Order: sequence, then C-alpha cells, then structure tokens
Amino acid sequence: MKKIHIFGIGVIAIAIAIIVSTAGDASTYVNFSQAEELALNGNNGSIHVVGKLKKDAAGQIQEMAYKPELDPNYFEFTLLDNNQREQKVVYRSPKPQDFDKSEQVVVIGRMEKDHFEAEKILLKCPSKYNNEKLETTEYQAAQL
Amino acid sequence: MIHTAYGDAGRLFVIIAFVSALVATFAYFKSVISSTRLDEVPVWKRFARGAFFIHAAAVAGVVFCLYWIIGNHYFEYHYAWDNSSLSLPTGFVISSFWQDQEGSFLLWIFWNVVLGLVLIVTNRSWEGPVMAIFALVQAFLASMILGVVIPGLDLKIGSTPFLLLREAMPDIQIWQTNPNFIPKDGNGLNPLLQNYWMVIHPPTLFLGFATTLIPFSFAMAGLWTKQVKEWIRPALPWALLSAMILGVGILMGAYWAYETLNFGGYWNWDPVENTSFVPWLVLVASIHTMIIGRRNATALKTSFILAIATFVMILYSTFMTRSGVLGNESVHSFTDLGLSGQLLIYLMTFVVLAVGLLIARWKLLPSDNEEVSSYSPEFWIFIGATLLCLAGFQILATTSIPVYNAIAESFGKILNLALPTNPIAHYNKFQIWFFALITLLTGIGQFFWWKRTGEGRLGTLYPPLLITLILSAVFITLGEVRTISYIVLLTAATFAVVANGTILLNILRGNYKLSGGAVTHIGVALMLIGILFSSGYTRVISLNNSGLMISRSEEFTKNDNKENKENVTLWLNRPEQMGQYMLTWRDVRVEPRHIPEYIPKSWVEIIENDFHAVALRDIVVKDKTYYKTGDTLEIYPENFYYEIEYRAPSGKVFTLFPRAQINPRMGLISSPDIQRKYDKDLYTYVSMVTNPNEEGKWSATEEFTVAMKDTFFVNDYVAILDNVVRTDKVDGLPLRENDAAVKAIIRVLDSEKEYIIDPSFVIRDRTVGRKAAVSDELGLRIQFREINPQTGQFTFAVNTKQRDFIVMKAIEKPLINVLWLGTFVLVIGFMMATVRRFRDFSKNQRREMASPKKQKIRTPQFNADSV
Repeated sequence: MKKIHIFGIGVIAIAIAIIVSTAGDASTYVNFSQAEELALNGNNGSIHVVGKLKKDAAGQIQEMAYKPELDPNYFEFTLLDNNQREQKVVYRSPKPQDFDKSEQVVVIGRMEKDHFEAEKILLKCPSKYNNEKLETTEYQAAQL
Repeated sequence: MIHTAYGDAGRLFVIIAFVSALVATFAYFKSVISSTRLDEVPVWKRFARGAFFIHAAAVAGVVFCLYWIIGNHYFEYHYAWDNSSLSLPTGFVISSFWQDQEGSFLLWIFWNVVLGLVLIVTNRSWEGPVMAIFALVQAFLASMILGVVIPGLDLKIGSTPFLLLREAMPDIQIWQTNPNFIPKDGNGLNPLLQNYWMVIHPPTLFLGFATTLIPFSFAMAGLWTKQVKEWIRPALPWALLSAMILGVGILMGAYWAYETLNFGGYWNWDPVENTSFVPWLVLVASIHTMIIGRRNATALKTSFILAIATFVMILYSTFMTRSGVLGNESVHSFTDLGLSGQLLIYLMTFVVLAVGLLIARWKLLPSDNEEVSSYSPEFWIFIGATLLCLAGFQILATTSIPVYNAIAESFGKILNLALPTNPIAHYNKFQIWFFALITLLTGIGQFFWWKRTGEGRLGTLYPPLLITLILSAVFITLGEVRTISYIVLLTAATFAVVANGTILLNILRGNYKLSGGAVTHIGVALMLIGILFSSGYTRVISLNNSGLMISRSEEFTKNDNKENKENVTLWLNRPEQMGQYMLTWRDVRVEPRHIPEYIPKSWVEIIENDFHAVALRDIVVKDKTYYKTGDTLEIYPENFYYEIEYRAPSGKVFTLFPRAQINPRMGLISSPDIQRKYDKDLYTYVSMVTNPNEEGKWSATEEFTVAMKDTFFVNDYVAILDNVVRTDKVDGLPLRENDAAVKAIIRVLDSEKEYIIDPSFVIRDRTVGRKAAVSDELGLRIQFREINPQTGQFTFAVNTKQRDFIVMKAIEKPLINVLWLGTFVLVIGFMMATVRRFRDFSKNQRREMASPKKQKIRTPQFNADSV
C-alpha cells in the first residue's frame, strides 16, 4: 500500500459521499396527488410542484388572499397542478410582487393536512426584457 | 429610414472573423507539426499571424457595428430594440451591449483577441502551438454569432446580433402595412441591470473566462511539443492573473447581488453563480500543483489534468448557462437560442482533443522514483489542491442535476429531479469542512515551504498554534459562537491568518516580492471569517410583533411559534417600534438625473411612458434652486425610493432609502438600501408597496352635513369641523381680485396624533370651485360641497381608500466588511504573485534568447515511434 493509494481511496470515498448526499438531498418534481401520498407515507422531504394559478374567464386570479394590514407574513392562493388538481397553498412571507403576472408557478415545500406549505416560490413571468422568454424569479420564505 | 449598412457590415465582419480564425488555426497548426519543412515554418507562422491580425480587425469591426447600432438607437434592429431604450444614460447603453447572449459572446471573443495579441507579442517561442488553440477557440466562438442558416439542411449555425426587427419577428401584422416600420423606443434594459456594477462586472467576468484559456493552451502546447515541464513557467503568471480576474469578477457579481437583489445576501447558490465558482476552485488548485510541478512528477501530471479541467469547466459552465438546460432552476440563465447542439459540440471537441492528447503523451510524463514524504511541502500543497477540487466537485455534482434530467430524457427516461430545496444546508454540509481544512493547510503548507518545517522540526508550528488557540478562544467567546462547525472554521481561519502573518513578517525582512502567497492566504482567511459571521449570524430586526392575528383557527395558533414574522407593515408617517429602533416611513421619493439627491414624489408630475417630469414647485435642494415651477426635468422614471427613518435608542436618527422599481411588465422589483457601519451592515428592503403610479380606488362618496364644532365619523376616525376661515391662497388655483375663498379646518383624530384636513371652497363670478384636500396617511379625501347660510351648516363629500403602507424587512449583517477587506487583500496577494512569476518567466526567456544553444527555434522532430 503506497501512500498515493491510500490517498486515492480517501478521495474516492469522499467523492462517493458527495454523490450520495447529492442524491439524498435532491428534490423531485411531483404533482399534488403524489405529494399527498408522500406525506401520508411519512416522507416529509421538500418537493417541487409545478402549476398554474386559478383564473376565471376574465383572467382574474381566484382564491388568493393577502392582507398585509393584518399580517404581512401570510399569503395564501390556489394552484392547479398539471393534472388540474386544485390545492390551497400557504406561503408565510409577503406575497411576491410579480405574482399576479406569472404564467407558471413552482412551489417548493411540503404537503400539510389541508394545504401545501410553501417555503419557496419560483415564478415564471413574461419578461419585458426578452419577449419570447419567461423570466424566473425566486422568493423564499424566511426560516426562523 | 432603415440603416441596413451597419447590420450588413456587422454580419460580414462576423463571417470574416470566423473564416480568418479557421485559417489562422490551420496555419499555426502547420507551423507546429513535424511534417512541415523546417524552412517553411517561419512562413507558416507569418501567414498565421497575418490571419490572426485580420481576425482581430474583423472582431473590432463587429464590436463597433453592434455598439454603433445600440448607441445610436437604431431600433429597426432587434438587439437594440430589445435591450436598450432612448432613456438610458450612456453607461447603461454600454451594459445593454452585453445584456443578451450574442453580445456577451462578442465580449468574450473580444477579450480573447486582446489576450491573443498580447501573447503573440510577449511570447514568440510558444506562439505556434498556443495560438493554434487560441484560434480554434475563436472559430468556435465566432460560429456562435454567425446566424447563418445552411439552406437545404435547415440547420442554423449561431445567432446573430444583427437581425432586423422584421427578420426577428416576422409574424407581426405591421410589416404587411408598413415594411419600413421603426419602433419609436426600445424595450429598455432590465432595471436591475441599470447599475454601475453591471457595467463592469460582465467585462471582468468574461476577461476571467477568457484568461483561463491561456494556462490550458500552454498545457496543450507543452504536451503537443513534448516540453512537458517547460510550459509551466510561462503559464503560471497567466494562471495567477486569471484566478485574480475571475475571482474579482465573481465577487463583483456577489456584491451586485448584495446591493441590488433582495434575497438578503451575496451568494444564493444559484446554478449560474456556481458554474462560475467551480472553475475558479479548480484553477486555484492547478496554480498550486503548477508551483510544485517542476519538482514533483505527480503534481506535474495533476497540473495537466487541472489546467484542462479548468477550461473544460468554463465550457461546461457556458453550456449550462446558455443552452436552456437550467430552464426553471436559475434566475440568471439565458434563454435557449437553439445553440445547445453547437455548444455541446464545442465542449466535446475540446474534451476529446485535450484528453486524447494527454493520453497519447502520458507515457512521456516523468514519474517519481520514491514516495513523497509526509514531511515535504509538496505533500501538503497537494492535499490542499485535492481538497479544492473536491469542494468544486460537490458544488458541480449538485448543480448538474438539471443536466442529469436532460441526459435521462435523451435515453427516454423521466427523472424529474430538482435541486435541493435548502441549498445552503446542502452545500454547507461539505463546504464548511472542506474550507476549514483548506484554510488550515494554507498555514501548514506555508510553514513547510518557507520554514523548512519537517521531520524533527515540527516545533516551528507551536508558536502560531498557541497564538491561534488564545485568539480563537477570545473570538468564540466574544462572538458567542456556539455551532461546532463554525467554531472549527473560525479557529482554522484564525490559524491561517496567524501562520501566514508569521511567514509574511519573516519574508518581509528578506524579499517582500516573494510574499504574494502569504498575503493571498490571509485574504482568503479573512473572507471566510466575514462570510461566517455575516451569513451565520444574520439577525432579522424587523420582527413583527404587532400581535394581530389573522384567524383564530387551530392551524394558526398551533403554528404560531413556527410562523415567521420577519416582515413588518409600516403605515405612512406612523412610527413603529422594531427591535431597538423606532421606524417611520416618511415619504416616497423619485430620482432626478441631475440633482445629487432624491426628491419627494409630490414635487413633480411624472410624464407617462417617458423619462421626464414636470416640477410642481421650485425644486430646491440644499439651498440651490435646480428647477422652477413648470420646468421639465429628467428623472429615472422606474425608480421610487421609500424614505424610512430609523431612530436609535440613543436618539440618533438616520434615514435609509430602499428602492422599488415599478414597471408595467415586471411588477415591482425591490432593491435594498444598506447602512454601513464598520462592524455590521443594516440591510433594509421593501417587500411590498402600494403602487406609487396608481391612485388607490376611492370609495363611493359619502355626504356629511354638519354645523361648526360638530363631530362626524369618517373611515373609522373621529372628525371635528373646527372652523371655516377665509383664505387668500388655494393650492393650484391662482386667486383673482374678486374671488372669495374659504377653507374648512377639519381635525381628524387618530390613535396617536391629530391631522388637519382643509378643503377649500372658491366663488368666482357665480361659479364655484371646490378644491378637495387629501390625506394619504388617513386614506381620506374631503371636498367642501355646500355652505348653507340659512342653517349655518356645511356639507362635505368624503371618499375613503386604503391607507398607504409598505411591508419591509430589515436585517443586520455583522462583520461583512471583513469579507470585502479579505477580497481586497486577496487581490493584492494575487497581483504580487503574478508580478513575481512574470518576472521569473521574462528573466528566463531573456536567458534563453541570449544562449542560442538552449534556444528552441522549433519543436523537436515528431517521430512516429514516440507516440
């Protein structure tokens, strides 16, 4: 056993640990039904759900509530996932400013009993600055 | 009239640049390979050089054309229309040049040309092989902005910045009615990028990217011409310079994010940030192996691998940011221009070339006869380099998750993997420990290197260890550091400062020119201390303790301890206690272009869709009158500043102006304002505002008829008609001789203070003017409707609206200045090291030139049997 071999084994071991931790920490894109299943099975890791806002025929967003005069740190809205399933989402931070303009919303967090608790929101908005492009912006709820 | 000439010239220059790069590649290649006759070598070289000069001129032409188009606002061109507008000041016109992909490729091409010319001038002996690689890279980069469609194949090569609007968007109706249509104004530049950092950060970063090509080219040249050790001497100063520039470029981006974005920090672990940081880590590792590569064969082999890896990482990073593969995951990535195939070919070409060449020459590389001793400096430096690479690998492994998805998809599998939801925890799990070890090694390595610490001489390490333990104990106690990983990191960083400081003092007595390494290491350690405290001990001071409950449902009460309450609502002119400060939101201000301060929004009327405003009063700032009532002034129409007054317990008052940028397409973008103290920053931003461009919705009119001293209720407030008095001044209505005007004095009682609202009533030639009075603090508008002389009663019309408020957040970031100080020290250290290694190289070059025996006129004969 030369030193270089021991060294090499050490490096490989650390590299494997890195890969395992990446695989373990990686989140997944799911829909709300799958999210619910995961939560029921006691799997409470964070997940990504991609969805669209619920809008009426006139393009008005439905079932969205933010009352900063009462509590600036509470925002709730309804999201339709790709299977058109509706789900109440709660985000304990101020409402992202360009929320109303977003085409697509990615919520990151976990499923609770009756709502989805979002830790982070990614918005895809039609960008003024690139006309064929949707722009991503990221919002994060604070964690005490 | 459409200025087609500039676009056509630009496209022609791009084609010339592309072709001349290919020609230069071929000619330089011919000048190196052994099948070329000896007497033809200089001829090929001269020809290649000429081709590269033509390439350089063509690139300058492309840059000029694009700049001319943007600078002169030729909005018939898509690039100018999409990225700039008439209202942009010159500095930001420059930054709209690299706002989009094509422009940033162009910037990169430009830097490569500059560096190529410098190399041709400074390094004749390596010119052939090094410039062959350079020219090949240039050919690839130029192909990215060709924008040529191969007919028949329907294959698009590159994306040109010189598209006319009608070519870029052929489906718009207007072309049928007016094919010569030119938009009046452009789209403008994303307001977040209208910042001086965005004028200098991209050029610096791309210069950093471009410089990584130099060590790579030298490594390739060394393998190609079998000078497996000699390439290090010329490559090392460039590698150091590259690490400095790339590092500064990355940190400028971090600083821009800190000042402009509002996630509350300088590093977000965003994939685009990460992919610029990984090459830097590998580059720094390669510098260390190069330093010991001439003495140690393992390090030499590693140097080749790392020099290649650095450049490949840059290419991979380019692919990630520009291919659209990051799609949803990054806030900075470019859109997919359909170049992903081309980018992939570019990446794979250099991977195959470099790895192939390395394998072909592996047998030529020397090996060590004996084991390296654990008491040698090489051993410790090598471990440090390995740890740097492992740190880079961890970031890369996670950042590449979107790539795994794309690869799986191409095999017909769906992975649906997403990035970790808590990136900070995920990365810190490894990075803290890696960097604790790396900083320890910076001290240990230096001691073994300079102090000849070794077997039986370990005692030299005791004094710095002792000082470190005492100092870090003090820091841990004073800083109230309780987390074990932080304690370890802090101790390691302290050791690095102490040990490198010791070395520095010793070298300074001898030859200060050699101390670049120690200085750089101290910089790194300081940066880590700054990062540790400013990120690990960020304190939110805007904790919401208003005690208002939204609902009494179980869901809220049970989570009450978990709920974050980090944002507070501030009502206009109502003080609110927040932590130790009393906060008051005073006003909204706008930013005039030629006055050094912000001015109240109420002073001007902003002209819509323009960058001018009309002064509603004389604009006087610091006793200087800048504009008179009715003048037009230039402003930044998107910027609004929220004047927030902080009253400290000591009675000291200071004001911060966090910015909100409002524009119709993007909603509100908020940027912080930062109060900088030597030991901490106070960082404040608004997360929600009532749109200053929109009058709120007034409720339906309610009428009140009251007598003097009567009380009535408006918008839940008690209002008292105190008095009606004669007035000779009504805002916005010049009174004439025979006019009669009265003002009602209405006192409105709020819980903490009283407000006076005074609507006016003007009689002029039997017509009545009624000037309403508005209070934004109360959300009230009162109009004086009637005076009834018979009953002595007065009628008022009242409308109410939502009172103006903002939601804001304030954070304290301790010791962040140590991070910026460390950056500064790091840069100085890199400069010293670069200068030293460059002198070393030029001395050596002069020596070689002076003794023709050693001089390599050309590379050794390339024989078939040696492969």
